[in-house]
Amino acid sequence: MCGIVGIYLKSKKFEKSLGGMLSKMLVSMESRGPDSAGFAIYNSDKNKIYKYSICLNDMSFEKFKKEMKKKVKLTNIEKNSDHVILKSIEKPNKILPILESYQQISLVGYGKSIEIFKQVGSPSNVVKKFNLDNFSGTHAIGHTRMATESAITTDGSHPYSTGEDECLVHNGSLSNHNNLRRKLKKNGSKFSSDNDTEVAAGYISDSLKKRNLKQTLNKGLSDLDGFYTFIAGTHSGFAVLRDEIACKPAVIAETKDYVAISSEFQAMAHLPNVNNAKIFEPEPGIVYSWGK
Amino acid sequence: MILDLKKLKLRSVNEKLQNIDRKKNKRDFVISNPEGNHAICAGLTENIDVTIKGHVGYYCAGMNQNANIIVDGNVGTGVAENMMSGKVHVKGNASQSAGATAHGGTLIIDGDASSRCGISMKGIDIIVKGSVGHMSAFMAQSGNLVVCGDAGEALGDSLYETDIYVKGKVKSLGADCEEKKMSKKHKIKLKELLKKAGSNIKPEQFKRYGSARKLYNFNIDNVSNY
Repeated sequence: MCGIVGIYLKSKKFEKSLGGMLSKMLVSMESRGPDSAGFAIYNSDKNKIYKYSICLNDMSFEKFKKEMKKKVKLTNIEKNSDHVILKSIEKPNKILPILESYQQISLVGYGKSIEIFKQVGSPSNVVKKFNLDNFSGTHAIGHTRMATESAITTDGSHPYSTGEDECLVHNGSLSNHNNLRRKLKKNGSKFSSDNDTEVAAGYISDSLKKRNLKQTLNKGLSDLDGFYTFIAGTHSGFAVLRDEIACKPAVIAETKDYVAISSEFQAMAHLPNVNNAKIFEPEPGIVYSWGK
Repeated sequence: MILDLKKLKLRSVNEKLQNIDRKKNKRDFVISNPEGNHAICAGLTENIDVTIKGHVGYYCAGMNQNANIIVDGNVGTGVAENMMSGKVHVKGNASQSAGATAHGGTLIIDGDASSRCGISMKGIDIIVKGSVGHMSAFMAQSGNLVVCGDAGEALGDSLYETDIYVKGKVKSLGADCEEKKMSKKHKIKLKELLKKAGSNIKPEQFKRYGSARKLYNFNIDNVSNY
């Protein structure tokens, strides 16, 4: 099953309340995904600072902080439950190998605007744990997971981020992910789980090197086999795609202030002025995208 | 009587509507704040009027008998699924599988219906004023599907004896579905159906589709395919 949600703000009006809006959406999708939850929230910093979202797992924050102070030019390091946002002007090609050398921790995402938090447990616990209500930003994507093909772990939770400021949430299942994973690995992609969605995220990141997001998803229609509704996020916005059979639901509500998408309308029922929004179902096999 | 889903539990509202005494005169109900809840007005059996003010979730008015239900908003998957009789009128759009497997009654959708509208329908009349998505009337057995807009891919795939009327374009016909002659009898039936939905479009503007009846029996020429 799984529930997916997303909000893209067209105006600045709701930037401060973005976290609160997404939080309610995630909680109302608990029945579709009680096993784990996660969210990616974009807040575009205009400066050159990179943000690295890290799940500490068993490592203590103090120890991690000490280690990082030795190895990285830190701008800031902030703890949020078992996650850490590490800010640095140093580029990913320098930082990622350092982070990879610590086997206990997992890097959940990085970029100039993205922050990702994900954890096992019910969506209501997860949003409380990370204080999602207090977040602000320009757009955000979330996921509630009912685990099917891989274990209930942090690594198995969505969103998946496999490139700078990129992330993907997925409702459905892919049937050619093993083959695709092998192909992508040959091209240098790295994967941290057996999850099918991570492969789709890797596929998108790989393709984005040559194409834009819309072209990538259109190509995905022939390369990704299975059932899916995807929301793929980048620093400037997000795109939505349903497979051509369209078994997995999605509904979009658009007002002059925002675009919201979710698996079921009830996730959006609390959004401001939603009853006057233009509400429609994304058609199968068509890429919908919003962004600057 | 107004039933506010912000104050009342969905289960208690449904229970109330499912157990209306035949002798009661109060037979008009309004449900407010549906907020996308599922299974609102499922399993009603009495001749009552219910208006739902807002958007609803899945399986709204499922298994309906006799009740007259109006949804002033959009509906999720499977509105009026397995309806036996009565009338369901959706003023907005409907998600997939609208009127699925329904045996009787009338379903009117003012907006569009998405994929699999009328899948396996067994006697219901469905009138969609907008367009329908792919695989609509898949394995439809009897009843009528009227589409005032366009139809998506594979319309009427593996169709039995449902009559399909489409005014706009049909993207493609499914297996064993073909265009049929619109006879006087069909024009009269279609006019009556459109009238039910408050539409005065002329039946001559529609095309009729039905089963080629080639999948009914095993064709010995295909034996080598098995």
